[in-house]
Amino acid sequence: MKANFKYNLIWLIVMIAGFYLINTLILVGVIDSFIANMLVTIGINIILATGLNLIIGFAGQFSLGHAGFMAIGAYATAIVTQTASSPVGFYASIFIGIIVSIIAALIVGIPTLRLRGDYLAIATMGASEIIRIIINNLKMTGGAAGMFNIPQFADWPTVYIMVCLTTIIIVNFIHSRAGRAVKSVREDEIAAEAMGINITKWKLAAFVLGASTAAVAGSLHASYLQTIAPNDFGIMESISILIIVVLGGVGSITGTFVAAVVLGVLDTVLQNFGALRMVIYAIALVMIMIFKPSGLLGTWEFSVKRLFSRSKRKERVES
Amino acid sequence: MQTFFQQIINGLSLGSIYALLALGYTMVYGIIKLINFAHGDIYMLGAFWGYYVINVWHFNFISALLSAMLVGAASGVIIEYFAYRPLRHSPRITALITAIGVSFLLENGMSYLFTSNTRDFPQIIKQVNYHLGGVQISNIQILILATSCILMILLQLIIKKTKMGRAMRAVSVDADAAELVGININWTISFTFALGSSLAGAAGVLIGLYYNSIDPLMGMTPGIKAFVAAVLGGIGSVPGASVGGFIIGILETFVQSIGLSAYKDAVVYFVLIVILLILPAGIFGKNTKEKV
Amino acid sequence: MKKVVSMAAIVMTAGVFAGCSTAKTTTKGNQTTGNTIKIGVNMELSGAAAGYGQSQKQGIQLAASEINKDGGINVNGKKKKIKLVIRDNKTSNNTSASVAAQLTNNDKVVAIVGPATTNAGTAEIPNITKAAVPSVSPSATDPAYTLKKNGKVQPYVFRACYQNNFQGATAAKFMTNTLKAKRVAVYADNSSDYGTGLAKAFKKAYTGKVVDSQFFTAGDKDFNAVLTSFKSKKIDAIYAPGYYTEIGLIIKQARQAGINVPIVGSDGMADPKLAQIAGNNNASKIYYTTPFSDDVAKANPTAVKFMNKYKAKYNQDAPTFSALAYDSVYMIKQAIENEKSADSVKIAKGLAKIKNFDGVTGNITMDKEHNPEKPIAIEELTKGKVSESFNVK
Repeated sequence: MKANFKYNLIWLIVMIAGFYLINTLILVGVIDSFIANMLVTIGINIILATGLNLIIGFAGQFSLGHAGFMAIGAYATAIVTQTASSPVGFYASIFIGIIVSIIAALIVGIPTLRLRGDYLAIATMGASEIIRIIINNLKMTGGAAGMFNIPQFADWPTVYIMVCLTTIIIVNFIHSRAGRAVKSVREDEIAAEAMGINITKWKLAAFVLGASTAAVAGSLHASYLQTIAPNDFGIMESISILIIVVLGGVGSITGTFVAAVVLGVLDTVLQNFGALRMVIYAIALVMIMIFKPSGLLGTWEFSVKRLFSRSKRKERVES
Repeated sequence: MQTFFQQIINGLSLGSIYALLALGYTMVYGIIKLINFAHGDIYMLGAFWGYYVINVWHFNFISALLSAMLVGAASGVIIEYFAYRPLRHSPRITALITAIGVSFLLENGMSYLFTSNTRDFPQIIKQVNYHLGGVQISNIQILILATSCILMILLQLIIKKTKMGRAMRAVSVDADAAELVGININWTISFTFALGSSLAGAAGVLIGLYYNSIDPLMGMTPGIKAFVAAVLGGIGSVPGASVGGFIIGILETFVQSIGLSAYKDAVVYFVLIVILLILPAGIFGKNTKEKV
Repeated sequence: MKKVVSMAAIVMTAGVFAGCSTAKTTTKGNQTTGNTIKIGVNMELSGAAAGYGQSQKQGIQLAASEINKDGGINVNGKKKKIKLVIRDNKTSNNTSASVAAQLTNNDKVVAIVGPATTNAGTAEIPNITKAAVPSVSPSATDPAYTLKKNGKVQPYVFRACYQNNFQGATAAKFMTNTLKAKRVAVYADNSSDYGTGLAKAFKKAYTGKVVDSQFFTAGDKDFNAVLTSFKSKKIDAIYAPGYYTEIGLIIKQARQAGINVPIVGSDGMADPKLAQIAGNNNASKIYYTTPFSDDVAKANPTAVKFMNKYKAKYNQDAPTFSALAYDSVYMIKQAIENEKSADSVKIAKGLAKIKNFDGVTGNITMDKEHNPEKPIAIEELTKGKVSESFNVK
């Protein structure tokens, strides 16, 4: 208990230090609004990808429908803040987005999570497309034109805090009893069931948690960018989140962070290449996958605890 | 009533296009369990090849079709060799991302080299419409319908009756055991890719001719639809891919004809999900029970 | 428990700091220093709208090279050359915002041309407004694109094309007055605001009966199902707002299915490729609203010059998208010369005051909502060639 408190404290300090680092860099002028824009995009991608990594990497359920839940959050914020244009309205809209996406995740998840592998992937992709097409044809959501002039309540500190929060929630979920149950389902459903684990329940739990973080990311996306359209949440968006997860290493939250940063920076740098940017991006993607098939970090996870115990062990050896 | 039969014809001709593409997906998936996202883009390459050779070298239809099949086969084998073979023993999801990367590369590479403008495909076969009791069908529609049926039977024969087909089935069931009994796995997988991709090349020319419009991103939408068709039919099964293609084609046409065109894709996906819930491995897929 | 505590601690500390000391960058527009005027291009060069974006890029490049050949833009007696900074936004809203930030902050451009689509355009607005750099979109058509939420005009947002309501209403009038169509079917592109917005505007202004209203998605190739259902409904005309890539196929398939009623569309069809895709024999009784008609062009030396130069440079007939993009660059030039300054804030002021500007797409005057007022015409295609132009009042 006491030991864990120490590590939690270290993490807390790291987070606050990170916050100050960015803030100082902005004040000094190293980070201009262009780089700030990149950082926010990376932050939103981290939220999306950690959620998806929970579903794919830890629960072992191949979902290709993450963009649909993101769309729910984004539209909840866009619609709510249109009438309630205040920070309170914004946070309420995040909450509403989470609730709606949980309901949607239950509706999608309860029947489809019985499917396996690629069949599940296609079913979730279909579900997310259905969500997008419905949004595309509703009056309330502005149809294909989407919604714009959304008031901006999410700036980089909001996104930063949300990244910390969702990561803490997901990492704690993974390290809890629930997380061990979820991982046992990934390893072997039949064995897990024999141990008395309700596999449907835990699959669903991971799926719902992932979906609700996606909704948060969607809310931030809508409020930061101030404009959304149904086409932002198509199959390609789901795929680009999947790319982050796989590139970082399926089952490694640290990897997801690294991959989101690497891809975010790569994408921004490639902005200087005009029409060639997507060509280079594609080549980079194929190359990384061929030379690092298990992702940049595999299943390796950064841990303060291990860092400490290792240095302690070293001390003991030396003395 | 006339309208009804006309819609059936429309549905069948759209379905035959999906079936043609779905066959290639299902072949590749059957053997290495890889969703070959680049399949739709090989179809695009086939269409561009046809466009080029007909316009510049004045090929006739048959030679354009055959050469496009060769080009499709070659590009399939090359892609497999460079992008998928190094990953054969990696997690499947890695190979999937690589496939997506290859697809991005083909789409964006082509639009970088040849601009993403839409082009009109040279009409080397003049379209003739036949009227049968008020229902209209064109010669190209019949051509596509016949081609996909013939190819389906041909593929089924290759897989079930030839030595190579037996090797393909063996590799798909258990690659290691197949290697032990002397099957050259690399060669078999390359052959499967060549076969599947040549179908995509042929589809490129046929569909280019039918719709008269090609562009570097043309593989994206039908690629995904065809993949859905393959899944619906039970991915890995040749008759399944055709049946899935026809079901989706007819379904889409039906939804549009009753005035729900805005929701046509949503309905297709909904039906897909429902079918998968009843038959978790698609219509013709084998539902393997896991043994403890 | 400890988790809850630590979480609460983070939220509180972060919240406190966020409140008092987060940095914000503010600038007062970009100035031109040195002998070049930097103009940014935020354009869809890859992704779904790449075809349109690339046409526009060609128009922009033609305009810039032409201006530079003449010595450049006259800024208060001194000629300065244009330097284009072209960046691809992948047809993605996210990237469009990032490109806008890069162009305004890092490249220090004084004006932006683009993006081509309304969605990417609205994504750009917060960043260009923050940087006080004006942007002229050649083809963002949503009526509310240039407006803030409260209905006031966005100070830095301009466009070179018609907004949807104007074009849709013109088509509706034409249907009733010239074609005498009483029963019309609408078949609109449902994947962008362009098709849906025009369809809405048309339905609002049309006085006859809209028999059926259906949608297609960009990338669709098979329209037989909907066309067959139209056929049995005794329609006098079809209104099909969308881009030439799909409308070309709709024309082809409609004619082959034996539907010979007039098909009316919008300026997204005004491209030589329309007739190529549809097939010349099918492209008869086709009408579309356009700023860029042959009749107008003949009376307009600017347009004739543009069309010849475009053909010489790119070896193809100039599409409307290129013409609109070409005009966007010249509008910025005009604004700079009128204001005698190439500072971004001044350019924005100059753009708002553009009057009787002699553009390829007609004589342009900016209205209060930053929409160009210019004449509209309707062209008729017969056998793939423009056979007649109608003026609609």
